[in-house]
Amino acid sequence: MTATSAHQPPSDETLREVALTRDEYHFAADLLDRPPNPVELGIIGGMWSEHCGYKHSRPLLSRLPSEGPQVLIGPGEENAGAVDIGHGLAIVMKVESHNHPSAVEPFQGAATGVGGILRDIFTMGARPIALLDSLRFGPLDDRRGRYLANGIVGGIAWYGNCMGVPTVGGEVYVSGAYRGNPLVNAMCVGLIEHSQLTSAAASGVGNELILVGADTGRDGIHGATFASVDDPEASHRGVVQVGNPFMEKLLLEACLEVLQTTDAVLGLQDLGATGLTSSSVESAGRGGTGVALHLEHVARRASGMTPYEVMLSESQERMLVVAARGRAAEVQEVFTKWGLHSDVIGEVTESGLLEVIDNGQPAATLPIGMLTDAPTYTYPVERPAYLDEVGPIHLDALPEPEDPTDAFLQLLASPNISSRRPIYRQYDHMVGANTVIAPGGDAAVLRIKDTPLGVAIATDGNGRTTYLDPFVGGAAAIAESARNVSCTGARPLAFTNCLNFGSPEQPAAYYQLSRAIDGMAAAARALETPVISGNVSLYNESGGEAIWPTPVVGMLGVLDELDRRCGAGFTAEGDEIAVLGAGRPRLDGSEYLSVAHGRVSGCPEINLVDEVAVQRLVRELIVARLLSSAHDCSDGGLATALAESAFAGGLGVRAPDLPILGRLDETLFGESQSRIVVSYPPLAAAAVAAAAATLSVPIRPVGKVGGDRLCIGPIDVPLAQAEPVWSQGLELALAGHAPPG
Amino acid sequence: MKAAVVVFPGSNCDADTLHVLGNVVGMNARYAWHADTSLDDVDLVVLPGGFSHGDYLRTGAMAARAPIMSAVREHADGGRPVLGICNGFQILLEAGLLPGAMLLNDSTQFRCEWTHLRVESTDTPCTSAASNGQVLRLPIAHAEGNYVIDPDGLAHLHDQDRVVFRYVSASGNRSPKTNPNGAIDDIAGICNQRRNVVGMMPHPERASEAELGGEDGRAIWESLLAAAGA
Repeated sequence: MTATSAHQPPSDETLREVALTRDEYHFAADLLDRPPNPVELGIIGGMWSEHCGYKHSRPLLSRLPSEGPQVLIGPGEENAGAVDIGHGLAIVMKVESHNHPSAVEPFQGAATGVGGILRDIFTMGARPIALLDSLRFGPLDDRRGRYLANGIVGGIAWYGNCMGVPTVGGEVYVSGAYRGNPLVNAMCVGLIEHSQLTSAAASGVGNELILVGADTGRDGIHGATFASVDDPEASHRGVVQVGNPFMEKLLLEACLEVLQTTDAVLGLQDLGATGLTSSSVESAGRGGTGVALHLEHVARRASGMTPYEVMLSESQERMLVVAARGRAAEVQEVFTKWGLHSDVIGEVTESGLLEVIDNGQPAATLPIGMLTDAPTYTYPVERPAYLDEVGPIHLDALPEPEDPTDAFLQLLASPNISSRRPIYRQYDHMVGANTVIAPGGDAAVLRIKDTPLGVAIATDGNGRTTYLDPFVGGAAAIAESARNVSCTGARPLAFTNCLNFGSPEQPAAYYQLSRAIDGMAAAARALETPVISGNVSLYNESGGEAIWPTPVVGMLGVLDELDRRCGAGFTAEGDEIAVLGAGRPRLDGSEYLSVAHGRVSGCPEINLVDEVAVQRLVRELIVARLLSSAHDCSDGGLATALAESAFAGGLGVRAPDLPILGRLDETLFGESQSRIVVSYPPLAAAAVAAAAATLSVPIRPVGKVGGDRLCIGPIDVPLAQAEPVWSQGLELALAGHAPPG
Repeated sequence: MKAAVVVFPGSNCDADTLHVLGNVVGMNARYAWHADTSLDDVDLVVLPGGFSHGDYLRTGAMAARAPIMSAVREHADGGRPVLGICNGFQILLEAGLLPGAMLLNDSTQFRCEWTHLRVESTDTPCTSAASNGQVLRLPIAHAEGNYVIDPDGLAHLHDQDRVVFRYVSASGNRSPKTNPNGAIDDIAGICNQRRNVVGMMPHPERASEAELGGEDGRAIWESLLAAAGA
């Protein structure tokens, strides 16, 4: 493949392969003042893909607030964002999708998603201390649905466990909306001293570029461009990468060691989507420089690879290191100690160009600025018609449950309510010896050794709510993830996000994206939690149907004193139980409406003033050591939240006289934002009530902790009967057995 | 007491173990690199958990052939204590320092959860300060902890009182429900004939500080300290 073959305009098929429109091709040719050759066309396509260039989402993403005194590195500046947690320490974090690969090869697709997000964190010099995974599966009564779900969980476990980074949280949600297009969003959190933060910039003319880690193969070519078109089934065959977590573990240790033991490393950049192309271009873009790559020095897995293949390979477990001129050898020595191969493959130049040279012959010569500044698109935001069809629910048409206990048990068995233990027990969630609150609670809590600090981390995102009202869904993803963090006593500081939507070229999906971002922005402002990093996954559809719009938020909070924290489980017989918050439970968009009536409809709501107040109250109560437990009241409503706190603590609930607000099913199973179930000793009741009054947060008594039954209004069932229904629901569904009851 | 935690490529509980030995129970602890050949200065050698060499080939198989293992063998031959935890136990099996082998868990999945162990023998440096029948709550985290051994080997373990830990319920009773991986005879840990080399699947280093959910793992470290002082 040489430059001379480029004078023919590319065929439609060629353009489809590189995910460029004909207009974009002409635009590129105009910028270059010549037609790009085939290697250049592949590079431009990769860099201008949605995955790398955010061409449809960038104008919308700028609406998210990204500033605050706690922000050290904001979105888009580096491979991940960084936030100050005090004591000279920073948390580095990011969430990223691997939806399309996981739809085709669930085990390796999910595993390499974990591998990619880990590299984004240690590229910054930070040691990864936690992983979380936000997962959405299609129905599990379907054989392929189970194959995808079990494969995805297995792949995450395989990669994360081997790396020795604990998987401490996430969420799982099952719906027909994700059939054929599961979502796999992997989040990684790293810890670093401020002064050690490492840039991914290629600066300093003459400095050397070292490629480290795995050899470069033909795997994953076009991964980025194919993640930017629809129908993963058709597009991803043969392009899913295969992971090697052992190689990545060596890469992690070697990178952190080389940063600690020498000052010869000036920048680190991992090779992710579009491989060598984006890593070299983005490094040069950050450094305001150029780069020259000599492809004959790239170690290969296969013979006969063309420059095109070398530049676009997405072979995993590779890293680009910028070393000070003349000091490559001392850097390479550390990698050799860890058994890793490395080669000097290029240098930083002052040209402002990406110069790809193969055995002395130029293979591609492109301006860096053109590659990092993808054309952007905006569309009119038009409210889609479906929103009118899924609007208000007519309660009169819905009978109340004949037997509330049966309805309750049915809800507890739902794969969206039942225990997540069948999944998280496959993940090593303890390695690192920092996990203070393990998976299963509202947010995971990790201690920060040698300090009084803890960090709380949660992910959240409700596709059903976002489908019914994209603005409310976006706001709720921020609010609920922050609420989960607040329920441990931690102060929410900042968030990372992954936006999983359908094709932005479809008006309904573009509307959902635009409005969800508006909702996220409003909630993030209200809660004073800026965005520090993120990722966008568009074109999530198969068979012509878009997924539910699913913004996933990963929220970080800090506990200034780790020992002033709270768990979700009841702790003492005789404690009083109350609900904090103004939210009025409604069946709109609830899990109950879906399980009992097979309906997805309603108008979910959120009041951000109430949200801020209830979170502040629960944090104040925890810091004052007044609470025994705090648990977000969300999916499945009050009865479910009470049951979860009961199961976690092994103590029953005595609330036979639960006040019924509106309909019985609304009181028991209705959902709303801004509600938290708390328990406290009777002696603390006056202080709790006073604090709630001061912040004008309503507090509603529910009953008492105790006994070995769940007595919640008309519900009455022994813990020993309800607990297995809840603990086995998802397990049985994953194994292909119908839920009990 | 001087202790060395051996780091193989892919070890991932090395830092946790060093933290507990050094910062929590006050040993003079350092790392030893897999390519080193000497452990002359230490009293205790710990092979930590993890995925040495990625678990490729067989768990522990490649690590068992690392240069440091000659020094570990010499250390053991000298009667000094060696503790293998999880992957460290697997390495001791592959090195022939302990008998038997590991199969995939009977669930076929990785399992990370709290278990209860019963101390079956206090006649090892790792259990000398515990009491016989004492129940310890410790977490496991492994995919291959399904211990197997041939009938003669099992008979030797029984006859020589070399089963050190068994999986039990919180109240100390054995049952198939409390065996998390299918290990023969509910075995969670064993020792060699000389009793100074101990391998165990559960992780005492994850249960040595109250804020991580339990301190029962200290029984192991306190035993080692007591044994060294004796």
